[in-house]
Amino acid sequence: MADREMTQAPLIEFRQVSKFYGRGEATIRALDHVDLQIAAGEFVSIMGPSGSGKSTTMNIIGGLDVPSSGDYLFQGISTSDFSRTQLTMLRRHMLGFVFQGFNLLARTSAVENVELPLVYRGVPAAARRTLALQALEQVGLKGREGHTTQELSGGQQQRVAIARAIVTSPAVLLADEPTGNLDTKTSREIMELISRLNSEHGITVIMVTHEEGIAAYGKRLLRFIDGRLASDHAHVKEPDHVS
Amino acid sequence: MFLETSKLAWRAIRRNLLRSFLTILGVVIGVAAVIAMVTIGNGTTAQVQSELSRLGTNTLFVRPGQWGPGRASAEAKRFEDRDVEAMRNQVSGLRAVAPLNRGTATVIAGGANRSTSVIGTTNDYMIAQDWDLSSGRNFVPAEERGQAACIIGQTVSRELFGAIDPVGQTIRVSNISCPVIGLLQAKGQSGMGDDQDDTIIMPLKLHQRRIGGTNTISSIILSAQDGVPTAKVQSDVESLLRERRRIAIGRDDDFSVSDMSQMAAAMTGTTTLLTGLLGAVAAVSLLVGGIGIMNIMLVSVTERTREIGIRLAIGALEKQVLTQFLVEAVMLSVFGGVTGIMVGLALAYGAVGFLGVPFVTSPSIIIVAFAFSAIIGVVFGYFPARRAAQLNPIDALRHE
Repeated sequence: MADREMTQAPLIEFRQVSKFYGRGEATIRALDHVDLQIAAGEFVSIMGPSGSGKSTTMNIIGGLDVPSSGDYLFQGISTSDFSRTQLTMLRRHMLGFVFQGFNLLARTSAVENVELPLVYRGVPAAARRTLALQALEQVGLKGREGHTTQELSGGQQQRVAIARAIVTSPAVLLADEPTGNLDTKTSREIMELISRLNSEHGITVIMVTHEEGIAAYGKRLLRFIDGRLASDHAHVKEPDHVS
Repeated sequence: MFLETSKLAWRAIRRNLLRSFLTILGVVIGVAAVIAMVTIGNGTTAQVQSELSRLGTNTLFVRPGQWGPGRASAEAKRFEDRDVEAMRNQVSGLRAVAPLNRGTATVIAGGANRSTSVIGTTNDYMIAQDWDLSSGRNFVPAEERGQAACIIGQTVSRELFGAIDPVGQTIRVSNISCPVIGLLQAKGQSGMGDDQDDTIIMPLKLHQRRIGGTNTISSIILSAQDGVPTAKVQSDVESLLRERRRIAIGRDDDFSVSDMSQMAAAMTGTTTLLTGLLGAVAAVSLLVGGIGIMNIMLVSVTERTREIGIRLAIGALEKQVLTQFLVEAVMLSVFGGVTGIMVGLALAYGAVGFLGVPFVTSPSIIIVAFAFSAIIGVVFGYFPARRAAQLNPIDALRHE
């Protein structure tokens, strides 16, 4: 891949992406010929009712699912003939995931959870520990490195999950309802953390949410309805914490 | 990376300690059974072999009839005094020719009585079987011609006389009043497990008249002189007996002449077969143990579906998840194997002490058991591991 191409092509691009589930009469059209471009450094919020295709979009961007037709390009490179291993490599080197349910390993300390992606990358133990401690510091969990998942509150668990997502310095942070399980105050803290990662560290953030107030942290809002991209505009509404 | 995987596997095992223990129990029992059986079998074989080698390789046993199944020795003609004389005179290189009749009789002395084996023979028997006297004397010629005299073993002496020196006392053997002239030195258990000291030796003539009620001889023990090849003695004796028993050329012998190595082969053959059979039974239980491991690993994969989803989402390759579960299964089965080896050796150690045979560990069977348990881990762990690796990360993450 040439450097010039990298800078010119959008970071993420959907070309007529469709996704079907099932066959024949029972076919469900989760995504219907969607075109989409996301540039590096953006903070994109995705909204829509359930079944609208927003989760499918996230899964395809995350390399967890593949389009039925159309093409998904990452940094200008088509992923349509990627093998499962190549999709794993895409996730491993470019993407960080934050889930609604935190998805930390039980009975495992915060620092070990954060180290996990580095283990699969083959980073030596000492370097791994250093990077993981840095990431935990970045999310404001200095001093809680040794706590296991059960010993942390929901907000702290989500911070660990964010630290685990950013420890590999990914190009994109994919957040699927990151505040879905958190109260309002904690949600605000988590969103401010994510916003800071976007503005200060330049990490592209793509976030699915069903709360307008949370979506407002993004600088661009995509609305999905019935598998189609219904609207796509710069976000005008202020986040709900700003008075 | 391997160290990391091992650590992960160890943590998963420790997380469910009781379940892990129950899982490996099958392998522990299987391996312990194999190790115990084979170790006890080896001990027995070693015991038989050392027993037989102590008896000497220059000893030959002559019996009527043929060894082996389907050959009735009862119909074969027994030997006579003249056969013994002929061997003594016509076969060169013999150190001792001992005719032998065996029977069981009740022995009484004072108030005590005991049922024991009674052997009728000559002084040559002492030479051929390496018996030494701890006190007293062998038979004198008048006794060899049939005068009552008995040489008794240590067990008989202890049971009948306690601490008293039996030489000079009189015992009754099946209504024969018999003065004790000698006491045998202790020999202990034979390879077949019977007490060699529980015996009485009396002159053949006395035995024939008063116990056997016959004038024939049931077997003859020969001892070749040092340096004389037993094969030559064996063929000389065979041709002599064929001639004396008028066996036509081309007909089979109706007697057998065998040396210790042939007896040893027959006996170790039996113990080896038994060891093999028991080992096979134990191997089946090892297989069952392997299926137990597979079962639990499948449950574990289902239980940890979400964890697998997380690992796949954050960049674990299929191969890495596969390795993780495979290492866990192998670790479980190897723990089982090592525990089983230790339990098996401990069991065998206790059992050989009880049976009075030597404790002979076989490194090869320990290595085989260890390797086998590891292989069981790989074979029965592979299917659950592959199932884990091929999970769809989206479904796995959604799994509750």
